[in-house]
Amino acid sequence: MSVGDYIRESQIWKSIFRHPAPHDRRNRVVVMLTNFFLHLHPVSVKKQGIALSYTWCMGGITFFLFLVETITGVLLMFYYRPTLEWAFNDIRSLRDVTTLGIMREIHRWGAHAMVITVWLHMYRVFLTGSYKPPREFNWVVGVLLLVLTLLLSFTGYLLPWDQLAIWAITVGSNMARATPFLGSEGPGFQLLNVGGFDLITSASDARFLLLGARDVGESTLNRFYILHCVAIPLVVAGLIAIHFWRVRKDGGISQPL
Amino acid sequence: MHSHPDLTSSVIQGLGAFYLVLFLMNAIYTYFSFKKGGHSKFLERLTGQEIPAAAMWALYSAFLLMIAVAHLTSTSSPNAFLFKLPEWVKYYVDVIVADPVSFSVLSVVLFALMILLREWWVKPVVAWILLNVSVIALGLSMTDWDFRQIVGKPDNVPIVAMLFIVGFFTWLYFRRAIENDKRIDEGRDVFEKEDNEKILVWPDLVYTELMCMVILTVILVAWGILLHAPLEEPGSAVKTPNPSKAPWYFLGLQEMLVYYDPWLAGVVFPSVILVGLMAIPYIDFNKGGNGYYSFKERWFAISTFLFGFLPLWVAMIILGTFLRGPNWNMFGPFEYWDVHKLEVLYNVNLSEYFWLYSPEWTPWVGAMPVAPPDASLPQQARIIFLREAPGFIAVIVYLAVLPPLMAMTLFRTYFLRMGFLRFMVFSNLLLMMLALPIKMVLRWAFNLKYIIAIPEWFINV
Ligand code: HEM
Repeated sequence: MSVGDYIRESQIWKSIFRHPAPHDRRNRVVVMLTNFFLHLHPVSVKKQGIALSYTWCMGGITFFLFLVETITGVLLMFYYRPTLEWAFNDIRSLRDVTTLGIMREIHRWGAHAMVITVWLHMYRVFLTGSYKPPREFNWVVGVLLLVLTLLLSFTGYLLPWDQLAIWAITVGSNMARATPFLGSEGPGFQLLNVGGFDLITSASDARFLLLGARDVGESTLNRFYILHCVAIPLVVAGLIAIHFWRVRKDGGISQPL
Repeated sequence: MHSHPDLTSSVIQGLGAFYLVLFLMNAIYTYFSFKKGGHSKFLERLTGQEIPAAAMWALYSAFLLMIAVAHLTSTSSPNAFLFKLPEWVKYYVDVIVADPVSFSVLSVVLFALMILLREWWVKPVVAWILLNVSVIALGLSMTDWDFRQIVGKPDNVPIVAMLFIVGFFTWLYFRRAIENDKRIDEGRDVFEKEDNEKILVWPDLVYTELMCMVILTVILVAWGILLHAPLEEPGSAVKTPNPSKAPWYFLGLQEMLVYYDPWLAGVVFPSVILVGLMAIPYIDFNKGGNGYYSFKERWFAISTFLFGFLPLWVAMIILGTFLRGPNWNMFGPFEYWDVHKLEVLYNVNLSEYFWLYSPEWTPWVGAMPVAPPDASLPQQARIIFLREAPGFIAVIVYLAVLPPLMAMTLFRTYFLRMGFLRFMVFSNLLLMMLALPIKMVLRWAFNLKYIIAIPEWFINV
C-alpha cells in the first residue's frame, strides 16, 4: 500500500473528506453536494456558461483576490500598528527585516489587481448583456461591490503613512469639503444655520467625519484602519454572499435564451 | 536641460530580456502560423510569389532574437548604443501628447476607428501586429530617462499592464461579437448556443478554478519578488509634493477638477456615475444580446458604455498618471518634469462674456450688475441671479429642454418604448456623461471658465 493510499484510508482523512476523489458520474455529483465549499456551485452547468472565453473568469478571479487580500491582510495586522509613532516604521521593517515581509508586496499588488479585475468583470457582464432581466438586481449589488472595492483600496492607501499615502488621501478627501450642504466649502452649507451660527464648519463637515480631524492625522489613521480592516471587508463579504446566491437564483450564469 | 543618462547598462540588459520575451512570443506565433499554413496576400501582391506567412514570422522572430542578443551581450558604452528612440520622434510625440486638446482628440479618434474598423482589427494577424507594434514602442520608449521615471514607478506598472489587458479583452469582445453578428444575419444560432450541453461542475469548472488560482498565486508571488511596493519618505504635513495625486484609480476624477469645481467633479459626478451604473438594467429596454456577445443588436448601448469606459475613464487615468506633472501641467511622456514650466491660463466666465464683452449690436445688455457691499441677502440674490442668468438659462436648456427635444427627434423610438420617467432618467444621465467632453471643448475653444459663476456661494458650474 502506498503512503497516499494509507493516508486516504485512515480514519482521520475519511472523517474530513466524506468522499473519495470522484471518478464516475455518480460520485462527481455527490462530491458537489457533500463538500461545504463546493456546494456553492451547482452540480452541473451549461458548457458555454463557464467557458473562459465567455466569463473571462473575472468574477472568480476578483473573489480569489479578495481572499488573498484577506489572508495577507490578517498576516500584516500582526505586525502593523496604526499609530503615528509606528505605522511608517512597521511598514519599513516589513520591507527591510521582517521574514515574509513580501506579504506587503502581495497585498499591495493584489489590491491593484483586484481593482482592475473588478472593472473587467463589470466590462464582461455589460458586454454579454448579463445585467438584463432577471439579473438586474445582481448588477446593482455588483456596483456596490465595485464602490466598496475602490474604498477598500483607498482606505488602505493611507496605512503606510508615507508621503505618497498622506497626500493621496489629502487630495482625495479634499473633495468631501465641497459636498453640497454638508461640506464647509460646498454650495448651500450656509443654509444649515441656526440663529446665526453655521452648523457646518471645517470642524463638523463631511470631510471632518471622514478624517476625524481637520487634517489627515492620527485620528484619520485610526478611522481608515478600522474601515480598511474591519468595517468594509465585513460589508463586502456579506454582499459577495448575496451576489453569489443571486447568481444561482437568477438561473446561473447568463445564457442565450 | 538635465543630465540624466537615457541608457545605462542595466537598462540595456533589462531590454534584452524584454526583447527575448517578445522573441519567444513570436516564435510560438510562428509555430501556429506554420501549422495553419497559408501565405500572405499582401506579400503576394507585392512580389507575385506565394511566400508562406510562417516564413515571414520566422524571419521577424530571428530578427528579434538578434536584437535581444545584441542587448544582452552589449559591451559598448551605453552612450554609443544604437537601439534607442531617436530624439525627433520623442519631440513630435511630446508635442502631440502633451496637450489636452490633441490628447483627447486622439483618444476619441482612436475610439471611433476602433468601432468603425472593428472587422479589420479583430483579425488575429492584425491584432498580433498591433500588439507587436505597441510592445516595441514601449521597449523603445524605455530608452528614455524621463519615460522610465514615470512608467517605471512601482505603482504605475499595473496601469501599463492594465492597458494591454483592457486592449486584449476589448479585442476578444469584438471578435466574439462580430462572429455572432454574422451568425444572426445568416439566421444561425449564436456561438454560445451551439455545443452547449450540460456538463458536470466536477471536474470541468473545479479544475478551471484550481488552475486559475495556481496561476494567479504564481503571478502575485513573482510580482511581489520582482517589484517592491513603494515606500517614500515618512509622511509630513508640511512638505506638499508637487504634483499631489490621488490614488491612480481616482485620477480620472482628479482630471475632471481641471474643468469642474470639486462639488461637481468630486461629489456630484461620481454619485451620478454610480447611480447611472445602477440604473443601466432599468433603462435598457432592449431584450437582445442577453447572454451572448453581440454588437449590432445593441450598438447604441455598447458604444455608449465603451465611450464611458475607454476614452472617459481609462484614457483619463492614463492622462492623469503619466502626463500630469508639477502644478498639474501637462507633460509629454519624454519630457522632463520641470517645476517651472509655465502655462498661462486666462479663463473667462460666461457671465463676463455676456456682460463685459457684449458686442455693439446688443446695446440692451448694459453693464454687469454688481451688488453694493451693504446689500441685504435677497437684494444680493436678485443681482446674482440676474448676473448669472445666461448661465442658468444654458444649464436649464441643457438639462430640461434638450431631453424633450431628443424624445421628439433622434430618440423617438426610445421615448415610445421607455415611457416618460425612464426616458428622462436616461436622457439626463446621457447628458451628464457628455457634460465633461462639452466643458472640455468649451474650455479649449473659448477659454470658458464657468458657465454659472457664483463664488459667493461656492456654486460654480
Ligand atoms: C468584489 C467584487 C465582485 C465579485 C467577487 C464578483 C463575483 C462574481 C462571480 C464569481 C460571478 C460568476 C460569473 C463570473 O465569474 O463572471 C459573478 C457574476 C455576476 N456579477 Fe459579479 N462580482 C463582483 C463585482 C461585480 C460588479 C462590479 C458587477 C457589475 C457592476 C457585477 C455584476 C455581476 C452580474 C450581473 C453577474 C451575473 C453574470 C451572469 O450571469 O453572466 N459583479 N460575479
